[in-house]
Amino acid sequence: MSDFLLEIRSEEIPARMQAGARTELEKLFRREMDAAGVAVGELTIWSTPRRLALIARDLPEATEAVSEEAKGPPVGAPDQAVDGFCRKLGVERGDLEVRDIKGRETYFAVKNVPGRAMTGLLAEAIPAIIRDFSWPKSMRWGEASISTESLKWVRPLSGIVALLGDTIVECEVHGVTSGAVTLGHRFHHSGDITIGGADDYAVKLRAGHVIVDHEERAAMIRTGAAKAASDAGLTLVEDEGLVIENAGLTEWPVPLLGRFEDDYLDVPPEVIQLTARVNQKYFVCEDGQGKLANAFICNSNIDPVDPAVVVDGNRKVLAARLSDARFFWELDRKTSLSDHAKKLERITFHEKLGTVADKVERVAKLAEWLATEGIVPECDPALARQAAELCKADLVTEMVGEFPELQGLMGGYYARAEGLPDAVADAIRDHYKPVGQGDDVPTAPVTVAVSLADKLDNLFSFFKIDLLPTGSKDPFALRRAGLSYLRLSQENQLELLLSSAARAWGDAFEGSLGLRVADFLFDRLGVQLKDEGVRHDLIQASRAWVAGSDTDGRLDRVEARARALADFLRGDDGTNLLSGYKRAANILKKEDWSAEPEHTGDEDPMENVDDPEMREVYAQLSYTREAAEKALIDALDEAEPQAAAAITGEDFAAAMAALSSLRGPIDAFFEEVTVNDENPSKRSARLALLARFRAAVHNVADFSRIEG
Amino acid sequence: MERKPQSSFQDMILALHDFWSAQGCLILQPYDMRMGAGTFHTATTLRALGPEPWNAAFVQPCRRPTDGRYGENPNRLQHYYQYQVILKPSPSDIQELYLKSLGVIGIDPLKHDIRFVEDDWESPTLGAWGLGWEVWCDGMEVTQFTYFQQMGGFDCKPVAGELTYGLERLAMYIQGVDSVYDLDFNGRGVSYGEVFLENEKQMSKWNFEVAETGALFDLFAKAEAECQNAIANDVPIAAYEQAVEASHVFNLLQARGVISVQERASYMGRVRDLARGSCEKYAEVMAPQWQAKYPEWSL
Repeated sequence: MSDFLLEIRSEEIPARMQAGARTELEKLFRREMDAAGVAVGELTIWSTPRRLALIARDLPEATEAVSEEAKGPPVGAPDQAVDGFCRKLGVERGDLEVRDIKGRETYFAVKNVPGRAMTGLLAEAIPAIIRDFSWPKSMRWGEASISTESLKWVRPLSGIVALLGDTIVECEVHGVTSGAVTLGHRFHHSGDITIGGADDYAVKLRAGHVIVDHEERAAMIRTGAAKAASDAGLTLVEDEGLVIENAGLTEWPVPLLGRFEDDYLDVPPEVIQLTARVNQKYFVCEDGQGKLANAFICNSNIDPVDPAVVVDGNRKVLAARLSDARFFWELDRKTSLSDHAKKLERITFHEKLGTVADKVERVAKLAEWLATEGIVPECDPALARQAAELCKADLVTEMVGEFPELQGLMGGYYARAEGLPDAVADAIRDHYKPVGQGDDVPTAPVTVAVSLADKLDNLFSFFKIDLLPTGSKDPFALRRAGLSYLRLSQENQLELLLSSAARAWGDAFEGSLGLRVADFLFDRLGVQLKDEGVRHDLIQASRAWVAGSDTDGRLDRVEARARALADFLRGDDGTNLLSGYKRAANILKKEDWSAEPEHTGDEDPMENVDDPEMREVYAQLSYTREAAEKALIDALDEAEPQAAAAITGEDFAAAMAALSSLRGPIDAFFEEVTVNDENPSKRSARLALLARFRAAVHNVADFSRIEG
Repeated sequence: MERKPQSSFQDMILALHDFWSAQGCLILQPYDMRMGAGTFHTATTLRALGPEPWNAAFVQPCRRPTDGRYGENPNRLQHYYQYQVILKPSPSDIQELYLKSLGVIGIDPLKHDIRFVEDDWESPTLGAWGLGWEVWCDGMEVTQFTYFQQMGGFDCKPVAGELTYGLERLAMYIQGVDSVYDLDFNGRGVSYGEVFLENEKQMSKWNFEVAETGALFDLFAKAEAECQNAIANDVPIAAYEQAVEASHVFNLLQARGVISVQERASYMGRVRDLARGSCEKYAEVMAPQWQAKYPEWSL
């Protein structure tokens, strides 16, 4: 048993690609070993900006010899068949054996695959791994790139260390020959480092100023940055993304704290943090009061002769960036948001949908309507309109031009700076929310109205011009808008009819747009609820009931119904009722009961059985009900109004409970009553009763959509 | 005479010339046209095409009309210098060569934190893209380092390595000054400001306020027509010059604020068509020569 070490060196690998590269390396190594029948135990994978490393413990010295036999065509079979068999197995025709199988002479291929030395196997595996390695972006380089067939790698490949035990696994890829020699830190170590094997690899690199374990570098940055902050009497603003990124940019991370001029703290803290993080990959710190401090922490890749020199260089760069930011902050505030908003007339939102100013007016109209109608409760319509009119104004400010991620936030700051009401400033700031799964959902009324109106406008607008998401493509982020819409309405328990919203928005087609958007949102709801374990068919069952009725687009009801249905079907009452329903539905289908009754002049007296006052009369007119029929009728008489009342009150659990009272009677009915009676009037009365049962169930949810 | 790259802007340039000359580069002169970046020099764009080795270094003045600040911003200029090195095919020790070049202008990598940070380059105008890094020195971007993968819509065969040093910011860093105008130009007390401040003031004013836009629109149209004329007559280098001209005139029109957001995309598309068309014609015209020398090679 020997340990195997593989190091693939290259010019600096982008930090963001290193995690994926580690996964890819493990996957490809396992693939190669699986193909050779080698069991792979523990694997260690490391990365730095300049190398990927893999250590596989306890690989065998050789694979076991295997004898493979394969039965081929019978002797006398067409040449093509025999040749094909030989090709498939990689044997010569002359090497085939002939055996007697049940009296037929049959060809056999016997391949004795001898055990292979691990070194030889790895020597083939390494080039295969490198050739097949998938990077998000890869490139050609050097002399070999005169052909486009040359190797592609993330950046030029510069070296390979491959050692099984202490033996070099010899191979060559794209002119790079494997060996035992690697390089240390780019600046802290000159000359070669000769590796003895898997065990001294990390140790020797450490001596060469390289921490090869990415986790260890991340930990050094995490604790080093926290310490640098606390040494300065401050608290680090933690940022795990920055930790990982800096670990991917360094082989020898040295966190260093610097200060910038106090004056810059006039600029909103988010701007400072973003500038530091995005442009410079620096951490920021807070003081004892939780306020942003005038400090940054950069991560040097060297242990500098004089840290102050490195810190001062970084300070200057940050100062230049903060100076730009402050310039924007001051310049933007010289113009009111409403004047900024006028410039939106010059920006095209979409060629078929007019300018951003046009969009803003649509959003304002809708936000005002949501407030006026009380759909968003306790919302001042005037404030909703004002906030909506200004919500996109920051898009034309210098600051958002520089940092698009600050859209909304800057508008909020500028609104407050010019003395607009807090509700308006908050709505401008938060109207893009919720953005992702974990993002907070707004609850302040004005914010909810503007945010909802913004999402609805996106949905209505792009649906109107038929630019819908397809497959993996969703260029206008409509799926996200849909999900945000759902979360906003769920969190705030909003009751909104999409068809009336579409009319208020300006849909001339009497709500058909609302229905299409509702359809789309049902799908989104399905995706959302599926994650919570509510099956898609249950949503369909709850949705089908709603479609076409005047409550179309009330997604909140569909959701509540689907949840109640899911709960109901988890119990025995639910599953039994479902099987009773399926049986009834099958019989009705078989008898084609749903077909229009024929008008023979001799109509079935039960036709109008839905009129409660007439039921008894008709019942007496026809025949004497059997006990189980009577019991089902009684149960329906009781359950129907209960369920109806529960649904009116939007208490879907109670509606389900009402249905569950039908379980016993329907089971008994099937047990004791013959539907297909010889007497046509009995038969049709019983079918009508089943239809009534089915209708009662449908009034709660469309059970025909439920699978299983 | 001994060079003092750490205290003289011109000595820094000369030190880079000495260094890259010693590496076998042709030391070329700036292209005699107004252009937005060193990459536009034909020694970069057109020479990145084709199979022949090509190693060159040169300073290219860059014009970015919209970056003008009337000489009032210490970091922003409408006219500045790039130092450009193009090495085709990219040598295997290109990073080491680059780091050595930093050494000759006085940047010690044990005193300063030098980093290669992912930064891919794409120029839709030139139909070009490449992968590489921005090189950081203590957090400041001092060089753009790119392996060209495509130019003019063609695969680069072989790939060229391009280094673009921002000379003013490098010099500011090395000389330790906070304003570009305070740079020592010659190591004998003549400042960058003495050479260029008045230029920045007047040119900013002209770019933003004075340039006659009717004439500029006219120039654009004429350059466009002439580019097409040159392409039609198989003189792609002349066509390419007209594309560069159109590109700069477009930048001036932008600075004058007379191109609306909607029109902007259309103008950019026109410039792109000219640049690509020139590159394509260049490749087409040159292909027979290239193939005569490199029979295995194809476009």
